[in-house]
This record gives sequence, C-alpha cells and structure tokens, in this order.
Amino acid sequence: MTTAAELLAGIPELAGAEPVTRVTIPARLEYTHTPGSAQTRFLTALPDKRLLAERCPQCTRVYVPPRGACPTCGVATTEQLELPHTGTVTTFCIVNIAAKGLNIEVPYCYAYVLLDGAHVGLHARVGDVPYADVRIGQRVEAVWNEERLGPSLASISHFRPTGEPDADPESYRRWM
Amino acid sequence: MSKQPVAVVGVGQTKHVAARQDVSIAGLVREAAVRALADAELTWADIDAVVIGKAPDFFEGVMMPELYLAEALGAVGKPMLRVHTAGSVGGSTALVAANLVAAGVHGTVLTVAFEKQSESNAMWGLSLPVPFQQPLTAGAGGFFAPHVRAYMRRTGAPDTVGSLVAFKDRRNALKNPYAHLHEHDLTLEQVQTSPMLWDPIRYSETCPSSDGACALVLTGDSGAARAPRPPAWVHGGAMRSEPTIFAGKDYVSPQAGRDCAADVYRQAGVTDPRRQIDLAEIYVPFSWYEPMWLENLGFADQGEGWKLVEAGVTEMDGDLPVNPSGGVLSSNPIGASGMIRFAEAALQVRGLAGEHQIDGARRALGHAYGGGAQFFSMWLVGSERPDH
Repeated sequence: MTTAAELLAGIPELAGAEPVTRVTIPARLEYTHTPGSAQTRFLTALPDKRLLAERCPQCTRVYVPPRGACPTCGVATTEQLELPHTGTVTTFCIVNIAAKGLNIEVPYCYAYVLLDGAHVGLHARVGDVPYADVRIGQRVEAVWNEERLGPSLASISHFRPTGEPDADPESYRRWM
Repeated sequence: MSKQPVAVVGVGQTKHVAARQDVSIAGLVREAAVRALADAELTWADIDAVVIGKAPDFFEGVMMPELYLAEALGAVGKPMLRVHTAGSVGGSTALVAANLVAAGVHGTVLTVAFEKQSESNAMWGLSLPVPFQQPLTAGAGGFFAPHVRAYMRRTGAPDTVGSLVAFKDRRNALKNPYAHLHEHDLTLEQVQTSPMLWDPIRYSETCPSSDGACALVLTGDSGAARAPRPPAWVHGGAMRSEPTIFAGKDYVSPQAGRDCAADVYRQAGVTDPRRQIDLAEIYVPFSWYEPMWLENLGFADQGEGWKLVEAGVTEMDGDLPVNPSGGVLSSNPIGASGMIRFAEAALQVRGLAGEHQIDGARRALGHAYGGGAQFFSMWLVGSERPDH
C-alpha cells in the first residue's frame, strides 16, 4: 500500500511537508421539536407536578408520555387521564461510563418505571438508595426538581423507593 | 410468483481494526469489494447494480456517504442504492440485493456494507437526546443492559452465562484472520472481573468499536454455473420491524424477531431449527444476547437458551456452533456487522471458512438486529441449490 509520505515524495512543491492524514471537523445538531397537542398537554402539566397520560380507545393501553396515537392500533388517543406519582421499577441498569454529550454524573441508575395505571415504562433515574439495593419490582415515587419545574421531564429529578413491599410480578410482567 | 434461485459467489471483507487511518471510507469499501470480486473471479464490468448499507450517518459524521462512493464501487452508469435499518442494515442490504436477483431485475449484484467508527463517536451518536424522554441512555450498552437484566430475572440464569459467551467468541476470533480482537492471553477469569460498564454488562462482554467493510457478489443460476468456487444458495430470507416503544413490547424476545425467523424457516422448509441448521452467525453485540436470541430464533425453548450456552452446545465443537467467526463481540464495524454474519454463514456452507470452518456445514443462519431491538433481518444459506 502506498503511504501518504510516499505520495507526497512525488510532488516537488511539497518536499519535506508533513503529510495531512486527518482533519477534525466538528459537527453539531440542534433540534426544533414540535411536540404536538398530546405532548404539549403533558409538558405544560409538569410545572404543576401533574403527570398526564392518554388511553387508546381500542386496546385501552395507557401511554405516558402520550404521543397522540397508539403505536399498535394506529388510532388517535383522545382520552386524557392523570396518573399518580408512584410506580414500579420493571428493570434497570447501573451506568458507570459517561457518554459524550450526556451531562449526568456517573454512576447512575437508569430504570424503567411503570407508573401506576400506565402500560409503558417511563425512562427515569432511581436515587436516594444504594444502587445494590435497587431491584425489579421495587415501588418508587417521583422526586420533583423544585428549582427546575418547567415544561420538561427535567422537572422530575428522580424516583426514590417508597418503602412499600415489592409489587406482585404479575402486575408488571407484560409491561417490562 | 416464480423466484430465481440466488447464489453467493463472492465474499470479501477487510481486516477489522479500531482505526484504518491508511484509507478513506472509499478506500475501505473498495478493498472489500475488490476481494469479493476476486473470490468470484469477476470484474467490475460483470456487475449490474450496487446496493450499499451503513448505520446512521452520525457514526462517521459524513452525511450521505454513498454520494461519493459511486465511483469507488464501480457504480457509474449503473443503479446504486443505499439501505438503512440501523444495526441490522448489513443483513437488510444483502437481502435487498438478493431480492433484485431473485426478481430477475439484475443478473449479478454487488452489495457492500461498512462502518468507519474511528471517524466519529457512535456512542455519542446513539446518545442524542430525545425531546420527550429523560436523556439517560448511554450508548447501545445503556439501552440494552436493562433488557439483559430482565432476561436474567425472567429465566433465573446464573450470572456467569454472559462471560461464557464472551470467552467463547473471543477464543473463536483467534481462528479468524479478519477479526478485530485477537486476545491470545485472555482468560475466563479476566472476562468475569473486567470493569462493569452498564451493570449487568461488563467491558469484556461488550463489542469493540471497529473500522471495516464487507462485500458479497450475488447472482443467479447461470452466474453460479460459471463460479470458480462452490456457491452458497439462499434458501430463505426475511426482514421484520416493530415500533421502538409500545405497550406490551417484549424487549427480551421481540415478536418481530420471532416472526422473521418463522418466515425464513418456512421458506427453507425448516421445522426443527436446532436439528436442521448446522450453525448460526447471530448478531450478539453484548454477550447475553446469545442465549436471548437462541430463544427468539427457536433454537431453544423460552427460558432455556442459557442452558445451551452452559452445556457448550454453542461452542465450535458443540452441536450448534454459534459465531465461529468470533461474532460481533470480536469485530463491530456496525453497518457491516450484519453483512459479516450473512457472509460468514455463506463461507461456512461453501467450505471456505478456513481455520474456523465447521466440518460438514450444509445449512447456516445469518442474523442481524438493529434499533431498539426493532429491525430484524435473516437469511438461511445452504450448500445445495434449493428446489423451488
């Protein structure tokens, strides 16, 4: 294989020049997200510490955050309902490695929290507990970020154990 | 609908490494393509169309790289198209190419898949925030680790199963000159004590980040008759997809994966995959996905996949070798990884897999998955021409 240096050697004007093998070109990505009516309702309720969900009129599954349509039935989800701040950890991992661009201190516990009455898990952090004690089936409640209440999921700081007995596995088996 | 039989007559891949600083993306894909043409003893003039695949553009930071790869792949004046289905793309790309031959649209098709991860940061590309979710997903490992935990909980599998898979695949890779990782001195104990990245997934149970490309030459009956080496015949191929998130999605054993396998087996007349398939090249980027996919693909009953691993069934000398090439755990140029599975399955039934050849392999499965375990692509290849 011809090296960069060998290629340069054939060009008198570039005699002695360092071959350029790489240049760094930074890339940036900025979204303007249009949430639509379902997500707008969900987001604007967060500063009031309210968790709004939507139910599919066909399969009756409850989605939070709502997306405005049921991905299974393909119909609009028109019925709104408010969910409690409590739920069950259906699965989780402990992240020990920092991802570039993700502004979170490691380690952290990344969990799927199935809010009571919902049929999809919310992606959330679990805290205020040693990570070795986090478990599938654990009952948790939302801890609100009092300083940063706003139309964003950052309004929820994390979930913490309620101390109740673990949920019956049958209650979340299909939704993990 | 009558379909032409499809034969794999050329296979080429690069030596997968962390960083191929001596070539551009164009140079990388051309290297794999030239090797596939050499295997088939064909020239660029024999190729009627080019089908290329890669994972998201942000993995290299090059928007629509296919725009500047047409000349490197000899596609000037010919049809060229790009396929994209996240991590399963290498498999989907091969299937799109195979379908063009099967449908009689083109006689001989070159298909190529690649990734040059060293030119960007795929973990960052996979961690871009989604507006309606807390930004918590740290790369693919962060996404899949909770589902591995759910599998462990559901089946009661011992914690060590993942390390057995990782150790096996890294040992197998020593027999594959194209594999990225050649860890000659690795011990099982080192795998089991390697750092926990996304608990329960350890460093040594995780795929590397690789630069690499893979290419296949696909043709019909007349092309196969002229081929200098035995072809691999496509006995079945299918793709399936499902949403990333829906109520009742089974992340451990997705319905789309089960349906995809069932379709492939039906086409190939397979009713008992464990007995009728000689080996499988399965997309296992994190070691626990081997027992998970063994169940999803029907090689084991629900909850029993880990027992095959523990019993050594999936070892090179077991009765269902899985990833004799070393698998994704030993080489992961993401966009190419699925095509490498398809290519390795083809090499095995052609009897051309070299040191990692499974003796007497007649039927082999190539498998890939991608996205949030939502895109699946598979093919079953055999040494005999199918009689449909």
